[in-house]
Amino acid sequence: MIELRHLTKSYGKGTHITTALNELDLSVEKGEIFGVIGHSGAGKSTLIRCINLLERPTSGEVWVDGVNLTALNTKALQTERRKIGMIFQHFNLLSSATVYDNIAFPLRLIHTSKSSIEKKVNELLALVGLQDHSDKYPAQLSGGQKQRVGIARALASEPEVLLCDEATSALDPQTTDSILKLLLDINKRFNLTIVLITHEMHVIQSICDRVAVIHQGGIVEQGAVTDVFLKPKHVVTRDFIRGESDNSELFKQAMSGDYPLKSQVLKITYLGGKTYESILSKTVRETGVDFAILQGTISTIKDTPYGQLVVRFEGDPEDIVVTKDRLIQQGLEVEVMG
Amino acid sequence: MGGLDFSLIDWKEIATAILDTLKMLGASAIFTIILGLPLGIILYLASRSSSRRVNSVYVVLSFVVNILRSVPFIILIVAMIPITREIVGVSFGVLGTIPPLVVGAAPFFARLVETSLSEVDRGVIEAAEGMGASTQQIILRVLLPEARPGLFAAMTITIITLVSYTAMSGQVGGGGLGDLAIRYGYFRYEKEVMIIAVVLIVILVQFLQMAGDRLVRHFTRK
Repeated sequence: MIELRHLTKSYGKGTHITTALNELDLSVEKGEIFGVIGHSGAGKSTLIRCINLLERPTSGEVWVDGVNLTALNTKALQTERRKIGMIFQHFNLLSSATVYDNIAFPLRLIHTSKSSIEKKVNELLALVGLQDHSDKYPAQLSGGQKQRVGIARALASEPEVLLCDEATSALDPQTTDSILKLLLDINKRFNLTIVLITHEMHVIQSICDRVAVIHQGGIVEQGAVTDVFLKPKHVVTRDFIRGESDNSELFKQAMSGDYPLKSQVLKITYLGGKTYESILSKTVRETGVDFAILQGTISTIKDTPYGQLVVRFEGDPEDIVVTKDRLIQQGLEVEVMG
Repeated sequence: MGGLDFSLIDWKEIATAILDTLKMLGASAIFTIILGLPLGIILYLASRSSSRRVNSVYVVLSFVVNILRSVPFIILIVAMIPITREIVGVSFGVLGTIPPLVVGAAPFFARLVETSLSEVDRGVIEAAEGMGASTQQIILRVLLPEARPGLFAAMTITIITLVSYTAMSGQVGGGGLGDLAIRYGYFRYEKEVMIIAVVLIVILVQFLQMAGDRLVRHFTRK
């Protein structure tokens, strides 16, 4: 659906060149929610703004729905842009127009008839739950309501793609969750491809199918959220995930304790239905080793439940090896930590 | 004060002066807006363009605007006499004052327009661009509506400036209240007419400012 090829964007000239994106390649499938995560200054904002050419790349190509946007003239680009909706961190609504007129804005650009505008806008107002606010001005709305107007406006031209530029970064946690839920809902309902950028792992974990980690203008790691999240490879990715549940100090304490020699620490990861099975307790009952949980998370990634436990096993070394093998046989992932 | 005698005042002359002032003001305000608004929009767009050629247009336009704004109005009137005659056929009277008034005020108004437009949130313009709006649509549907309160404030300031400019138009026999005040009060020491003319000008300015403020308030949504 979206393909970025060798995208480079640099600012300035001569000796003062700063490169925001460096030969970046990325492809997003139709119907998926693709997240790009990175620290501020990593280039993620430039990246998303290059997709609808609000920012023109210095070199490289941008393909959306089979069209090379970078090769189009102004007029053709304007037409293609209608297939790409966008929402923003600061909403960017017209302050001089009502909620209704803001949502009608993209339709009026293409001279839609009054009656079809009315039908469409009312539909969208219902979708985002703002039926009672259609005559209000943005200044009279809360942040979450403003973003709902932004989403409705972005959907008015029935786009193929929705770009979310830090769409929840200015919202409080509860409002963030309600907006994420709405995004997930429209993704499913319209099979809408969504690309979002964020600096919050929580956002990625809640709704994304795939994720790319951007660092210094390049993508350092990408893949299914479950893979990247549970088995982060790059140090930046680990930073983001650790930031999400920062108990590394606690973990160090647990690891440095004075324990019997006959013990081993394993990291056990399980995914999907296995999260709810009593695999661990059954296995240790059979092998006769004891265990202590040093650290653990049980949560969901999008709709997939997962668990990740750091467990210290105590007992006969051979029994511990058997325990480990049995856990692996039953489909858990086990990593030896020490 | 002693010796103020209002009984000898020719009220008919004052009525004519009021009418002349309003005519000059009305006509020059309309043309100032017609010329100054697009000029302000062009200044705004040219200053933000990424094309170097358009940027040089800005430099030239900006320079011309600055020159016109720095020439004292009284000199502008005299300097423009041949051009004025070319445009309206005469270089005196109410009609003869309108071209210099417009040339004096339009660049001023254009600068105020440019400032109001540059206060429009950059993000909103970008959002419209992202929705496939053309430059024309961005001007008509985003920039002008969003800048509306600022534009009405700019019009108010410009029209009030025009009121004081009309006072100088006596130099080309333009007539009006300001001219009356100068002729009677300054040249003939007849304070009564001068006082009345000045009071009327004050009332006019007060009224314009109030009307302008109301419009600004009416369209402010923030």
